[in-house]
Amino acid sequence: MKKISISPPVAAVILAVILFISSGLLPNGYGSDVSIAIAQATNILRLSVFLGIVAAGQTLIIISGSEGIDLSSGAVVTLTAIVVYVMCNGRDSMVIPALLAALAIGAVIGLLNGIGVAYLKIAPLVMTLGMAGVITGLILVTQHGNVSGAVAPIMTRIIARPLLFRIPGAIFIWIIFAGLLWLVLERTVYGKNLFAIGVNRVTARLSGVNVTGMVLATYSLAGLLAGLGGFLIVGNTGVVFISLGDTFLFPSIAAVAVGGTLLSGGKGSYFGTMAGALVLTLITSLLTTMQLDQSVRQMILGGTLLVMISIYGRQRGFRQ
Amino acid sequence: MKKIRWQYIAFRNPYLFALLLLILAAAVNFFFEPDLFTRDTLNSNMRVFLPLILLAVGQAIVILGGGIDISVGAIVSIVNTILATQLGTGASPQRTALMLVAVLFVGMAAGALNGFFVSYLRLQPIITTYASSFLFAGVALFILPAPGGSVPDSISHFYRDTTFLGLPLGFIIIPILLLVWYLVQQTRYGRYLYAVGGKADAAYQTAVPVNTIRFSTYVASGFMAALSGIAITLLTSAGNASIGDALTLSSVTAAVIGGTALRGGVGGIAGAIIGALILGLIKNIISFANINLWWQTFANAAIIVGALAAPGVIELVRRKRS
Repeated sequence: MKKISISPPVAAVILAVILFISSGLLPNGYGSDVSIAIAQATNILRLSVFLGIVAAGQTLIIISGSEGIDLSSGAVVTLTAIVVYVMCNGRDSMVIPALLAALAIGAVIGLLNGIGVAYLKIAPLVMTLGMAGVITGLILVTQHGNVSGAVAPIMTRIIARPLLFRIPGAIFIWIIFAGLLWLVLERTVYGKNLFAIGVNRVTARLSGVNVTGMVLATYSLAGLLAGLGGFLIVGNTGVVFISLGDTFLFPSIAAVAVGGTLLSGGKGSYFGTMAGALVLTLITSLLTTMQLDQSVRQMILGGTLLVMISIYGRQRGFRQ
Repeated sequence: MKKIRWQYIAFRNPYLFALLLLILAAAVNFFFEPDLFTRDTLNSNMRVFLPLILLAVGQAIVILGGGIDISVGAIVSIVNTILATQLGTGASPQRTALMLVAVLFVGMAAGALNGFFVSYLRLQPIITTYASSFLFAGVALFILPAPGGSVPDSISHFYRDTTFLGLPLGFIIIPILLLVWYLVQQTRYGRYLYAVGGKADAAYQTAVPVNTIRFSTYVASGFMAALSGIAITLLTSAGNASIGDALTLSSVTAAVIGGTALRGGVGGIAGAIIGALILGLIKNIISFANINLWWQTFANAAIIVGALAAPGVIELVRRKRS
């Protein structure tokens, strides 16, 4: 008998669609008005872009294996958002330099994480956690708690507002981004080596993969992507605050797990992460529209997460 | 010959480095705060450190078994909110004792839930306990939506000011923990625990009940989290549904600084206790060294990263020399 199997990304998308359709039946849902439903769907898709991009770096690090995880991405998002906010200060001309600065800062922090993991043999979880503390400390030292600046108008126009066919620019950015990341993961030597070191670092090294170089490159790239996330997020919100990035940290890990990427490394895809980001954003925004108590919201979110990972986050049994 | 001996010592004593670090931290702290070793100062420090020590011990047990528990802080919060709402200042001793026992069971039940998902449903520990932390944090917030509540003065006074033979309460609890751990290590269970954390597949093939052992580590962690919740409630005498949030990741850091490897199978609770003490002392040093308020978060994090990096740096230098 052939077992019916649905790949995690597809399952997550199906779940998202079912959830969204059934959300129309809620008391303050969209009801039978199709245009409102489409507007709402677009909005949820737009919101999931930001989680999706922060989770991209997380996906790379988790695929790289050896308990790889990035707990500094939230702090990097906050830091780069502040940098963009201060550098732009409302001027369109500074957008490109600010973007480059955000990417560079993210990459340098990622490289430091990579050095700690690859050379000093610090476990990724505590290395990136410590780095997150250092970054938060740096933000406090340099900004003293109040940031003055403003996002450039062009950022809001491109990222947050409808660009073409009433679809926000963020979604176009995500599509292009996803295409590029797919190419990197599936069609380059880097991608092939990334999966190789994720499965088994010793065999990868013996097959001629420069494992240390790969680890450094992966953590730098993940930092860079978190920097990109910071740039896009501040362009969307228009304001910065010290906990801006923290709200993305653990959801980004959850998005990766829900998307079927193995947290032990070596197996996964960015499409899964995208689907995971979509489902998580959808559930959070549904819970917000339902106007429940925060306590009940948290319990439902936790319960749903448990159910979702129970469906396809299971690991191999010992007998198999 | 000498090199082999060094490696042997480092292998046999995973806490060695942590112990050196603890002595260093205590010495620096002593420099800034000369009355550190007087009875009252020791006591006031130990009662603040104790919640994290208890939590780190539970975390170390889970990590030893090859898992991780991100929900411990939320269990602390549940225990804290239950005690603060159910006791109040006027609770009778019987009711107080009953509630203290009850919250231990609540902690173990929460741990059992984690253990069930991780060991029997084979879910990945970090994401499972992250999800359940939402569940537990929601329950804590449901019990006590706004900070408040209280506990009887007599028990918080007992926690804060008990000195037994001139020693603070912490100096009694730590030896008890170490003794229990020593006894556990002598049993078959103790051997199994290290086997499961070291290589679960091999343990399974040699008839170790891997799932049961894993399950038990989460229950133990829930129990320790409940103890930590009791300690922090008696320390603050008030309830707050987010009181445990900050403790979760510190407990992991404490275990790792104490020489417990996150991949499992290496380390022990002594290291976690030392790690938690180090984290507490670092905070102390920073507040006594007159560091500018804005720099404190940075200094704290930088010292922790330094402490984590130091064994790696030593290893790199040593390898370059030889």
